[in-house]
Amino acid sequence: MANPAVTANRVGTGQQGAQMLSSIFSKYGIFLIFIVMVVAASILSPAFLSPINLINIVRQMSVVGLIALGVTGVIVSAGIDLSSGSVVGLTAVVAASLAQSPDASAPFYPGVHVPLIVALLAACVVGALVGLINGSLVAKTRIPPFIATLGTFTAIRGVALLYTGGRPISDLTDAYDFIGQGAVFGVPVPIIILVIMAVITHILYAHTKFGKYIYAIGGNEQAARVSGIDAAKYKMLIYVYAGFLAGLAGVVVSSRIGSGQPGLGVGYELDAIAAAVIGGTSLSAGGIGTVAGTIVGALIIGVLNNILDLMNVSAYWQQIIKGCIIVAAVILDQLKQRGRK
Amino acid sequence: MDNDYVLSMEGISKQFPGVRALSNVQLRARKGTVHALMGENGAGKSTLMKCLIGIYAPDSGTITFKGEKLNITNTHYALSKGISMIHQELSPIPQMTVAENIYLGREPLAWNGLVDMVKMNRMTTELLERLQIKIKPSAKMCDLSIANVQLAEIAKAVSYNSDLIVMDEPTSAITEAEVEGLFNIIRSLKAQGCVIIYISHKMDEIFKITDEVTVFRDGQYVSTDPTAELTDGKLIEKMVGRTLTDMFHKETTDMGSVFLDVQNLSGKGFRKVSFQVKRGEILGLAGLMGAGRTELMEGVFGVTRTHGGTIKVNGKEVTIKSPADAIRNGMALLTEDRKLTGLYLNASVRENMFIANINRYMLGPFIHFGKIAKDCEKMRGLMRIKTPSLMEIIKNLSGGNQQKVLISRWLLTEPDLLILDEPTRGIDVGAKSEIYRLMTEFVRSGKAIIMISSELPEVLGMSDRIMVMHTGDKTGELSRAEATQEKILQMATGMSLTA
Repeated sequence: MANPAVTANRVGTGQQGAQMLSSIFSKYGIFLIFIVMVVAASILSPAFLSPINLINIVRQMSVVGLIALGVTGVIVSAGIDLSSGSVVGLTAVVAASLAQSPDASAPFYPGVHVPLIVALLAACVVGALVGLINGSLVAKTRIPPFIATLGTFTAIRGVALLYTGGRPISDLTDAYDFIGQGAVFGVPVPIIILVIMAVITHILYAHTKFGKYIYAIGGNEQAARVSGIDAAKYKMLIYVYAGFLAGLAGVVVSSRIGSGQPGLGVGYELDAIAAAVIGGTSLSAGGIGTVAGTIVGALIIGVLNNILDLMNVSAYWQQIIKGCIIVAAVILDQLKQRGRK
Repeated sequence: MDNDYVLSMEGISKQFPGVRALSNVQLRARKGTVHALMGENGAGKSTLMKCLIGIYAPDSGTITFKGEKLNITNTHYALSKGISMIHQELSPIPQMTVAENIYLGREPLAWNGLVDMVKMNRMTTELLERLQIKIKPSAKMCDLSIANVQLAEIAKAVSYNSDLIVMDEPTSAITEAEVEGLFNIIRSLKAQGCVIIYISHKMDEIFKITDEVTVFRDGQYVSTDPTAELTDGKLIEKMVGRTLTDMFHKETTDMGSVFLDVQNLSGKGFRKVSFQVKRGEILGLAGLMGAGRTELMEGVFGVTRTHGGTIKVNGKEVTIKSPADAIRNGMALLTEDRKLTGLYLNASVRENMFIANINRYMLGPFIHFGKIAKDCEKMRGLMRIKTPSLMEIIKNLSGGNQQKVLISRWLLTEPDLLILDEPTRGIDVGAKSEIYRLMTEFVRSGKAIIMISSELPEVLGMSDRIMVMHTGDKTGELSRAEATQEKILQMATGMSLTA
């Protein structure tokens, strides 16, 4: 008989090597894919690497990126948030209604002029309140998050339409428009907002008790409970935070187009989920996902749209390709999960 | 004398839909002792402990701990009162590190309010060193072996510095040496005045480490005795309420022709393994965790891909690429993890029985439910399955009865070879002995069994031949006559036999 110890050893190192490779790939795979895409894009189109184009890409993904930051946390907690696009619509009109300039042709609240900060806070608070409804439904009634947020997805769009009677709210103050259209040292304000919120969200998810508990609840809720964690409370809070970010996104969108419209943000919830999933947030197992991954996921979608635009690929094809990439990302995630077993 | 007791649970009752889990039971444990809680599965041990730690609320009764009457409504409260628990179903958060799991819910914070990971890792290192457990604090739980996960859970329970630790089957996954390590931990906790409530099915552990034994049966309190005054037999008698004459109903049967002949089979987790099983034979498959026994059987059964080697059934070479191929060739596999790969937890007993066998009950496009009912009823009687009805949802049955339903499922397919992976893990003594009886009857009718088991007495008691594996290699084979615990262990640890 061959010496089993020796055999085991040899096999051991071989396996270790393979394991290390696969663990490097599963950790940084999405970043590698992103880099490959950027390199490919710059070869395919010389216009790609121009600073204006690059800034454009990031600005275009900033709204979905903001929403995706919150959605990532929700998915990590083993939930889902379908309501964020509708929240964008509602908060866009709420903020716009409080940010009209004094000489607006159709004032929403005639004679009412509040400081900019009130409009911003109102949008964020409304977003957080919708999140509170989502969170309460999920944590207290224990209905599946998909159903709970499907309900608010539908209802909140209705609230937005009801609030404005279906009409857009225009003639916003210059200060408000600056949020979506202005730039500081050449960097568009939406990008600055996204970067700040990404850093804050990263710290929140990776370095605070709240973040740890979201991952714990998503990974194994029963285990989190027996460790003395109030799972319902933290589940509720993550929806509140996601709603708050969607509210902020509503402000950015409406100020970018200079008008609050109840139809804004349609489909954004799915783009945000797509960004999170491409970035490695797992829909099949809770407790997996990072802010960095999600940002890269959103960037991948942005770069893809951009390069297809530059190459004059039709918008119809763009949708098909985006769909394929989402599915491919989930397949990759499944393979990673299986590798762990 | 009441002051002796640090913990006293009195008159505890708990009713679940359809089941009276606990009726008016008591448990009293003294300071600085290890108190065993024994009983068959479904006796109510885990339920009582879940009441103590705040997962369940008892319907009635009182809990007094350290002289204070407690109304424990959640785990957080129990932990804050100095009661912690090692859970039977291992409960780690797979994606988090060992340190994060251990200090979950009480993370140390830095000056800025953020979780102090450096301090947490240091605390974990100190804790693990003190307990002599060799795991890296920064390792992710999902990358650890089951044994190490269990050790981490033990460390976690100890880290609360509790006055009372409930250990529910703490040794189900760890090796002999690690059990000794756990016992050392228990002894030092005892010396500090800590109370340990120890639940285990392993008799030798009970006699080795515990001071007193409380026995439950069918949700009722039976007795409390000093361990020193008990024997194996007496304890089993208390647990099952009857005397078990011979645990292993082993009869030697006449061997028939070779049914399964595997040569040089390789796959994920095993290499170039050859073996045969004859009709009328029980082949025991022994080895430590990670020996590749389950993997080998999954390969043979077509669950995982194999390469190289041949499989012959009844002397004819066959290709097995899926479990369907294996079933067609007369095999049946009872998996190790009932909940994960065996049971449809939310389905009825009946559905769980006929699901693997639906083709036999088709009348054209329709399912012949009458025939199913008849066959299932027959199985229920044959297997002595305790269930209110065949329509009962299976998750409401005890572990032993669930296992019997699974065995029934495969018996209904009328296999020639039954592969049993840890057939008696986590089930009680009474159900165990019935499963042994069924195994004997099965091979007596000219059929074969391969049994993977980590319990050596079971392997020695039931097998006609024993094959031993170590890290994916077959390291030896012993006949019933020549097999001893020592020889099996030697082979299982990879040492070649000198004698």
